[in-house]
Amino acid sequence: MHIGVLALQGDVREHLEALTRCGVQATPVKHAEEIERVDGLVIPGGESTTISKLAVAFGLDGLIRQRIKAGLPVYGSCAGMIMVASNIKDPASNQESFGGIDMVVRRNAFGRQVDSFESDLEFKGIEGSIRAVFIRAPWVESLGPSVEILASVEVDGETHPVAVRSERVLATSFHPELTGDDRVHRYFIDEICGR
Amino acid sequence: MSQDVTKVVGSDRVKRGMAEMLKGGVIMDVVNVEQAKIAEDAGAVAVMALERVPADIRAQGGVSRASDPDMIQAIQAAVSIPVMAKVRIGHFVEAQVLESLKVDYIDESEVLTPADFEHHIDKWNFTIPFVCGATNLGEALRRINEGAAMIRSKGEAGTGDVSNATTHMRKIGSEIRRLTSMREEELYVAAKELQAPYALVKEVAQTGKLPVVLFTAGGIATPADAAMMMQLGADGVFVGSGIFKSGNPAQRAAAVVKATTYYTDAKIIADASRGLGEAMVGINVADIPVPHRLAERGW
Repeated sequence: MHIGVLALQGDVREHLEALTRCGVQATPVKHAEEIERVDGLVIPGGESTTISKLAVAFGLDGLIRQRIKAGLPVYGSCAGMIMVASNIKDPASNQESFGGIDMVVRRNAFGRQVDSFESDLEFKGIEGSIRAVFIRAPWVESLGPSVEILASVEVDGETHPVAVRSERVLATSFHPELTGDDRVHRYFIDEICGR
Repeated sequence: MSQDVTKVVGSDRVKRGMAEMLKGGVIMDVVNVEQAKIAEDAGAVAVMALERVPADIRAQGGVSRASDPDMIQAIQAAVSIPVMAKVRIGHFVEAQVLESLKVDYIDESEVLTPADFEHHIDKWNFTIPFVCGATNLGEALRRINEGAAMIRSKGEAGTGDVSNATTHMRKIGSEIRRLTSMREEELYVAAKELQAPYALVKEVAQTGKLPVVLFTAGGIATPADAAMMMQLGADGVFVGSGIFKSGNPAQRAAAVVKATTYYTDAKIIADASRGLGEAMVGINVADIPVPHRLAERGW
């Protein structure tokens, strides 16, 4: 099984290392012919406006959108979650997502960097708690009926989904790739890519 | 499933992780809202809000300090990407002020006039992460020991001359490679020579890289400059005066972003470099008298 990590910008290396530890072939992808070949795609953490603008500038957005529609397994963390959302609540100018999950995400929902945090989290389908690192993270503002919530956090009495799945697309607000704990990547490979 | 989380803010992982998210990106100096929007539109991963870009600080002289909070907050309100700002070396109250403004990263920068010629800021005391400049590995590790969560090679800011950035990137890279080939007992001497803590020296020897993200700064003016720094091992680049002191900032900014992502693809770099108009005029570092070289600041 060959998983590509979209290498336009962001913490590509951490995702490649996590995937490699899980025993799949993992390579950075940033050309159309590379994206056409992969069995699954990870969209890393990074700056979603940058990833979006580069994808458009190099004509990769249409291809990625088309492959997601055709059932390509995709996992997006943080900026990646924004990129697989059908709608961005507060996009930067000309910022477009790839889509894949019927949901509205809010960028930088938890605040600025001073509000970035880590905490333990229960994740449906993974035993025990995981350490979740949120960095200027988005959350899911609203979602369609086809979307399953895998984890949520409560902020000021309100519950916000931070990990969701819709068929073959997985998204987390947080960064499992920064912790050395590969269970979310394993979940993606085993449960979604169907290793 | 839903839980009232016990949040830990300002941990190493959260501070260093923020820099990991900037990798492969370009951080641009901006002096007003209009420039910040151009940078965001061009695909910058963050902007550095400051009152004068290094080229103007150089030209105008005088004491250079942290920027007006109004100016920083106007930029924060105008863009959705991270906003960084600079403080003088050792000026921990300027840093407290920036933390209260919730800037996303503080650059303890040699580009401003140092406030302390002996001590840098104790960066562990802050929730906000810091980036610091370094010309060599020892300097980088001293900054990390003080709590820096990101390092940038210094180069010579405000010149448009990339030669010092090259020197510093090569120096840091070769010093790291040297450590990885050493026997364990030799690392004690290496730590002494680098004037850096043994634990950090040992960590670098084992992993073959800095424990934090390493960007390049200082003198980058063209897409090819940015791509060269990436090929020399930078995780990303800062562009200071190079964009908004050029003929067509919006186009140049977008071109530098493209070249930073496709840094090994000469054809893309060539295409990005076409028709950009005039680059910043620049000053040869060799023509700047040593006391006026910014990279010498910091210890």
